[in-house]
Amino acid sequence: MPVTTLAGRPIQVNDEGFLTDSTQWDEDLAEVLATTIGVTLTDDHWKAIHFLRDDFAKTGQTATLRRISTQGGIPIKLLFALFPQKPAKKMAYVAGLPKPHGCV
Amino acid sequence: MTTTAPAIVPNFDSAEHAGRKLAIICSKGNLDMAYPALILANAALGEGVETHLFFTFWGFDMINKETMDDLKFTMLGNTATHMPQGLGGLPGMTAMATSKLKKSIAELDVPEVPEFLEQIVASGGHLWACRLSADMNHLDEDDLYDEVEGIISASDFIEKTAGAQLLFI
Repeated sequence: MPVTTLAGRPIQVNDEGFLTDSTQWDEDLAEVLATTIGVTLTDDHWKAIHFLRDDFAKTGQTATLRRISTQGGIPIKLLFALFPQKPAKKMAYVAGLPKPHGCV
Repeated sequence: MTTTAPAIVPNFDSAEHAGRKLAIICSKGNLDMAYPALILANAALGEGVETHLFFTFWGFDMINKETMDDLKFTMLGNTATHMPQGLGGLPGMTAMATSKLKKSIAELDVPEVPEFLEQIVASGGHLWACRLSADMNHLDEDDLYDEVEGIISASDFIEKTAGAQLLFI
């Protein structure tokens, strides 16, 4: 399992760069992760990230875009604006969670 | 001298996949045949792929305001239901099969057709209606789901989908 250095500490990641141990995440790391993929975090971004973390703690799975929208109350259009092109993957990455596996 | 390895970070916006386009032709009106297009369109949009859905022939039922929330599923002709074919034609069987299918779909938190189309449009998807099918059925823009961008001809479709990957359902 590769280890990379981010936010000044060793972080376990998979070959793609996603965190493999979500407990190694904290909000400072989120800022660094966001910067590496060209995203600047605003309150709207944080709302989505916090929802993902809370939902992951409850369900053990990364929420899909639809779930973030229906359960997290954030419109899909906004999610695409906050994390362009690949919102589900980008959000999971910044939240230190695995890519979502659900189809919808 | 120590060297630090570059951080392993995902490359979400790689140039090699930039400009990818997908066009899905929806030609069926049965409930089971509506979903492959919707699910794949949704997945493509979630990966940043420009996606167009083109509704033609029976697929018009997916975007016709009168029918889009009431598509049905029949077991007739579907041997993969693993039921005797004779059963499929009995009164009430289509309604039962439709209800069962809708329940399975809802259990996975997959939306019904109108809501799914709404999600696809919110994600940046484009919906187009086939001119020939519209003419054949004497339908116009007013009869169709508001988010359908236009009624276009086959040539328009071929132009719009230059360089796109094509899927016929």
